[in-house]
Formats: sequence, structure tokens, C-alpha cells
Amino acid sequence: MVATSSSVGSGAAGAATFVGSTSRRYNYFEPRGKRATHYEDVTVDVQPDPERYLIQDWIIEFEGGKGGGAYTKDSTAARSSNWHAFRAPDQEWERTHYQRQSKIESMVQSVITNARRAGAPRSFDKNWQMILQKHLGAWKHAEFGLGTSLMQAQRYGYSQMINNATLTNSSYKMRLAQDITLYLAEIGMDLEAWDDELGKKCWLEDPIWQPTREAIETIMGCEDYLEQYFAINIVFEPLVGELIRSGFFMQAAAANNDFITPPVISAAEADYERNLANTVDLIYLLANDEQYGDHNRKLFKGWLAKHRDLADKAAIALQPIWSQPHSKPVSFEDVKAVSHERISQIVTELGLS
Amino acid sequence: MTLTLNKITSQRGISVGEATKKISDLGWNPSYVQEASTFPTDYKITKAPRDPMKQVLRSYFPMQEEKDNRVYGALDAALRGDMFRNVQPRWVEWMKLFLAIIPFPEISAARSMAMIARLAPGEDLRTGFTMQMVDEFRHSTIQMNLKKWYMENYIDPAGFDITEEAFGKCYATTIGRQFGEGFITGDVMTSACMYLTVVAETAFTNTLFVAMPSEAARNGDYALPTVFLSVQSDESRHIGNGHSMLMAALKEPENHLLLERDLRYAFWQNHAIVDAAIGTLIEYGTTNRDKDKESYAEMWHRWIFEDYYRTYMLPLEKYGVKVHHDDVQEAWNRITKKNYVHKIAQFFAVGWPVNFWRIEAQTEKDFEWFEHKYPGWYAEFGDFWKWYSKLSKPGETVVTFNEDTGYVYPHRCWSSLVPCVVREDIVVDQIDGQWHTFAHELDRWTAVSAFSDEYEGRPTPAMGKFSGKREWESVYDGWDLADAIKDLNFVREDGETLVAQPHLRFDNKDMWKLEHVRGHTLRSPLNMLRAMSDTDRDAHIAKYREGFTINPCN
Repeated sequence: MVATSSSVGSGAAGAATFVGSTSRRYNYFEPRGKRATHYEDVTVDVQPDPERYLIQDWIIEFEGGKGGGAYTKDSTAARSSNWHAFRAPDQEWERTHYQRQSKIESMVQSVITNARRAGAPRSFDKNWQMILQKHLGAWKHAEFGLGTSLMQAQRYGYSQMINNATLTNSSYKMRLAQDITLYLAEIGMDLEAWDDELGKKCWLEDPIWQPTREAIETIMGCEDYLEQYFAINIVFEPLVGELIRSGFFMQAAAANNDFITPPVISAAEADYERNLANTVDLIYLLANDEQYGDHNRKLFKGWLAKHRDLADKAAIALQPIWSQPHSKPVSFEDVKAVSHERISQIVTELGLS
Repeated sequence: MTLTLNKITSQRGISVGEATKKISDLGWNPSYVQEASTFPTDYKITKAPRDPMKQVLRSYFPMQEEKDNRVYGALDAALRGDMFRNVQPRWVEWMKLFLAIIPFPEISAARSMAMIARLAPGEDLRTGFTMQMVDEFRHSTIQMNLKKWYMENYIDPAGFDITEEAFGKCYATTIGRQFGEGFITGDVMTSACMYLTVVAETAFTNTLFVAMPSEAARNGDYALPTVFLSVQSDESRHIGNGHSMLMAALKEPENHLLLERDLRYAFWQNHAIVDAAIGTLIEYGTTNRDKDKESYAEMWHRWIFEDYYRTYMLPLEKYGVKVHHDDVQEAWNRITKKNYVHKIAQFFAVGWPVNFWRIEAQTEKDFEWFEHKYPGWYAEFGDFWKWYSKLSKPGETVVTFNEDTGYVYPHRCWSSLVPCVVREDIVVDQIDGQWHTFAHELDRWTAVSAFSDEYEGRPTPAMGKFSGKREWESVYDGWDLADAIKDLNFVREDGETLVAQPHLRFDNKDMWKLEHVRGHTLRSPLNMLRAMSDTDRDAHIAKYREGFTINPCN
């Protein structure tokens, strides 16, 4: 007796041979490589548009028809002959994203828990404790500002691949902002006279932080989603983000008896490597677009100049922080030179120098 | 007294309440440059909404990873247990439709979080919206993965292999487009809060993600319940986000009129779309005819009427929002008295050549169950399904154009994009001097009054507008059916055999090809209506309202 509604008594692949019975790959897009990756399969064309399959055009428009359909190419000043060509090099989809984020959270929590159990925060240099309260406390707001900018940006991209890469970037930034917040609150429980409010006060009032806040708020205020993505990963991160995360907190901590802060921050550096790779790939595609390359390079150079100016000012304003610890294993000038070398490599790679 | 490891190693930690309080303090009011202007709204939100879930990413990511581990472990186990040998193809075929639609609304919901997050003052709920954004990314890609898994392991992968292309083209998925684009287009509060979270997620995900997985399991499909119940476990947070935002909006009396409008529109359109699609999948995609199980109508009464209407919608009256009780009653009437779901299933079946999955005829066993659950069903639909079965063999005149059946192809509703299958309720009206058809007076109200730049004398410039070639049939008006199918790319790899088939016979000799459907011309009912004189149009609509009778099939 046939157990299923199938004419051949089974619903399994190979139970019958007929036209189409071996068509077991998504066939509506061109993979970047020889075969589609898992990331491509679960990402490409989930956000279609009238040029790709929406034969009825957009079916709802903003502002009584004056604001266009659900997605519009005009959400950025950049132009592309194929917005769907981009593939994120980090190949992130939900499973890999949760695995990575979860591992980072587990690592961070283990480090904090074990270090607190060993009484490590109490052996921090006193000056360093104040630096963490003030400056790491202020920096968490910068990360949050970047996260919310990217959250906004992921609404506008003209393809699923662009928006998902922006979304995961936002998720990484939000995680880091929260990780720092909770880290400081937890070590604060072990330390006398710890003021958890000091970081935000510095962020809003300390002259050291105001140019950084201005650079971040400028990114938050951009109405061009791609400019936000570009400003964050191509400009702000190498000139300010890596400068303070890697060039200060990670390198100066150990010399001031702090072995907890570097691992808490370290995940962010790995996050950035991935987000940088994604951004470079996208910007490279647009800068070398056969039809719009010239227009885009000119545009990107404008963005670079605008945000580099703000980022340079922010970096210079942060310089006094390097003088504040008792132990100063690294100089501002050295790490600044590294950051300039870094952005120079990125910009050269993109042909924007 | 015993000493435990926990007592030795425990240390003071930060409470959840304290953690969320500190995280909600991450934001600030910019003073150098204001945040980018976001999407438009006519609402005024001044009260900072609270995050009711109080969850932080530190606990969120490990929790989600654990849920994922269970999902992917279950998929592996299903393959090892040879699930597909016993799965019901009638069921999996409908998954080609369902899973073509659902990843787009899911990722649209992620995008809509960007729209709503900047609308409300304060940072408390932004954390909740951030997690929802990542959740929706999870849902979209986990569903794409499930679909790929079906494609790789199910007997007939055709239809799964063109899935996202098919989503943008099919005469049925157009309904899903209205659902997904409704989340991200128009007034932000209307789309991202009222339509998405307050109605779709709070009310209708129960039928989508709870009722449907139950039916999947009855058909030997353990994968869909595994994935979708995991998806549904995220929804409680989203419902909390929506409710919190709704409460913030309620604080401003000037919002109440818009809340009344949007609750009305969102409830009615969710009913029209979700009940059409999910009702059909559950009632017609199943082979399980256990008379003790709940019908879709019974489930609707439990999930929508009792749970949502009585415990969520009704209390809103206390806050000053007018709730349209008659709308809920009318939706219930459409499902129970006007055979809404059955007529939609009939429409899907009639249009089988321009879809991309197989629809099998209902059989005597099915008839008995339908008659038991919906008395009078057989008299109205029995002969239709007999016709459908009879006409499922290649060489017969395709059911879409077979006048012997007595079926009359329906008009499309300009609001929901679902056809006007309850014929007596069709309404016509003009927008910008053009005639449009609507499935119900509430659909007309939606397009003409709600989606307008003025509502009851109040300017509503942020409201969206229905646009595009909303009537699918107008895209292929005047085309030969075979040419349209080829243009849709709903043809298998030999360039001749149709992806869709009106049966589950997996044998080349039984499969329909382009040659079997050539010679029939597709027509747009709307274009035909617009070409009529006033007298002819009135007569046409009057006749349409009378309905049709399926001829006996012997």
C-alpha cells in the first residue's frame, strides 16, 4: 500500500526520475565562484527589485507616491551597473553569525568572571582604573553610535547582500558597546569609588572626546547609507577605532596590571577585519564599475576627505590619553603612524589615493 | 550543611535590571549633528517606550546559538531517519509557495527595525529593536536554508530551484509581496509598528508559525515544525516591542484616530492575506483527515478571536482607541459562512499553470472531512475538485480556460491583491479617475480612505500609496498562456515541461508541457472592466455578485 500521496510511494530524492528531478541547486543567480556558497544560497535575491523579478514593479510607495517604492537606488549618491554583484567576503548568514557572536560572548564572560574571581581588578594600577572609567567608558558610546548608524544604514541598500553585511556589522558594534558597558559595571563592583557615570560624562563634556563625538554624530547624521558604511569602515575605524582599541587599550593595559581589558576588546579587532573586508570588496566593485567608476571614485574621494578630516581631528584630540597611565609602553606618535599606514594601504587598495 | 562548588565560586554579578538600565544609557542626544531624518510618519511620539523584555546581547547570542543547534541537529536527524521517504508530497509541494514568500517579509521586518528605532525617543526600546533586527535576519536565512534542504532531499526539486525568482513573478506570491512590502513602506508607525508587530506578529504568527507546523508534522514533515517553532520563540520579544511602542503612541490623544485607522487596516488586510494563504496550506495541503483535529476555522477562533481580539484588541478601548468589533466578526463570517479559504484554494487550483508547485486534486477522503468540518462544503466544492481531478491529465483542456466547469475567473482586490472570491462582496470605486476592484468594502476603504494624503479631515502626507501593476493579470493581458509561462520561467530544464503540475504523478508521461496549454489567451479582468461603458460595468458587477455554479462533473 502506498503510504504517501506520492505516485511512487516515497517523497525522497531519487525515488523517481523525470524532467527536473535532479535540479537541486538554486538557479536564478550567478554564483561568484564556480558553485554557489551556502551564504549565497540563503542570501542572494531575497530582496528582489523591479529589475530582478518584480514584474509588477513596487506595489506600495512612500508619501502618497512621492517617495518611491520600498527600495530606491537614490538612497546613495553612488551608482552601480549591478547592485547585486556584491558578495560579502565574510559569508555571514544567521548560523555563522550566532556561532561567532555566542563564542565571543562566552569568551568575554569567562575572562571577566575568572579575572574577578582572582581579584585581578583590584591589582589594576590606580591611574589605569580612572582611565578605564573615563575613557573606555566614553568609548563605549562611540561604538554604540556606530552600531546605531549601521542599523539605520541596513534599511537602504539596493541588495540583500549589502544590507545583510551592514546588519551584521551593526550587530557586532552593538555587542561590543554592551560588552564594554557590562565589563565596566562588573569590575566596578570590585573597586572602591568606581563611578560608572564618568564615561558618559567624558563622552559628552571632556574636550578630549568632543572631536570624536563630532565625527560619530556626523556619521549618524549622514542620509546616505553607503557614506555611513564607508565613513565607518574605511575612515573612522583605522584612524580612530583601531588607534584607541588596539593602539591604546590593548597595548597599554598589561603594563598597568590589567590583563582583562585586552581580551574584552580583542574581539572587536577581529570583527573589524571582517567588516573591513566586506566594505573594501563593495567599495572596490563600485570604484571599478565600468559604467560609473569615475563618478564613484570622485564621490568616495569626497567622502574620504570629509570624514578623514573629522577622524584626524578626533585622533589628535585623543592624544593626551596616551600620557595618562603610569606605565606608557606605547607612544601616540607610533600608533598614529601605524593607523596612517593602515588607511594608506586601504585607500591605495581601493585606488582612492 | 553541605558545601557546593557554586558556594565556593559564586561572586556578585550585575542584575538583569541593572544591566539593561546601563545599556539603555548608551545613547545620547547629539549636539554637533542631528541624526539623519528617518522615514516619515504622521504620528507624534514623545513618550519614551520601555523595553519589556530586558534582555542583553550577552545572554541573547548564546541563547540563539543553542536554539540553532537544536534546529540543525533536528534537520540532520530527520535525514538520518529518512524523513522524506514518508513525507507527504501534497504537503511539501505547498512549501514551494510558502517558503518562496516568507523570507522576504522576514528580512523586511529586519529593515523596518531601522525605521521604527529612530522614531521613539529614548534608548530603552532600541535594544529590543536591535535584537529583533538580528532575529529577523535569523528567520530569513534559516528559512532559505530549510528551503534549500527540501530542494536537496525532496523527490521533486523543481519550483524550489527557482524560488526567489518565482516569488517576484507568480500570480499567488503577489499576495505575499503585499504582506512584506507593507512592513517597510508608508508611514513608519503604520507599517513597522501597527501592520508588522501589533497585528501580523502578535495575532497572525500563531496561525503561521504554530498552527501550520502542527499540520506539517501530521504529514511526516518534522523539519518545518523544528524551524518554525524556533522562529516563533523569538516572536514574544517582537510582540513586546510592538506593544511598548503602541503604548507610547497611545499617550498622545492626537494619535488615536490614526491608531484606529491602522488597527482597522492592519487587522483586515492580515486576515485577507494570511488566512487566504495559510488557511489554504493547512486545509488543502494536508492528507491528514482526522476529524478530531481542529479545522483552520476552529484554530482561527482560538488564536485570533479568543486570544488576540479578546485579550489584546479589546483592552485598547480603555485607552481611547475605537476598536471595530464588526470587522473581526466579519472576518470570522468570511471564514465560516462565506467559505473564504475554500474559495481561495479553488482559485489557486484554477491558476495552477502559472504557479510553480504541484496542486493535487482533493479526493473522496478529503470531501468527507471537509463536509464534517464545514457542512455544505460538498455541495459547493465537490464537483469542482472532481473537475480538477478529471482535467489533471495532459491533453485535457486546462482547467483555467475550461468553460465546461462553470468557474468564472475572479477580479483581483486592489488592496490585498487577493482575488475577490466572495463574489457578493465585491466593490468598485475610482481612484485618480480609474476604476478599481475591491474584495470587500473594507478593502475599498483601505485604498481610498486609509492610504490617502488626508484622513477624516486630517492631513496624512506620510501615508503610503498603492502603486505598480497591482493586478497580476494585467502584466500578461493578451498573452498566450504558454508564452506567459515561458516568460515567467516556470518551465523545467527541457524547456517544455511545466514546473507546475495539477497532480502528484512523478512520471514524464503524466506531465504537462507548454504544448498542452498553448492556444489560450490570458486576460486582465480589470482592463476589461475599465473598457466597459457605465451600463455594461454595472451589469457586469451585478452578475459577478450573483456568483457562479460549478457544473456537475460526471
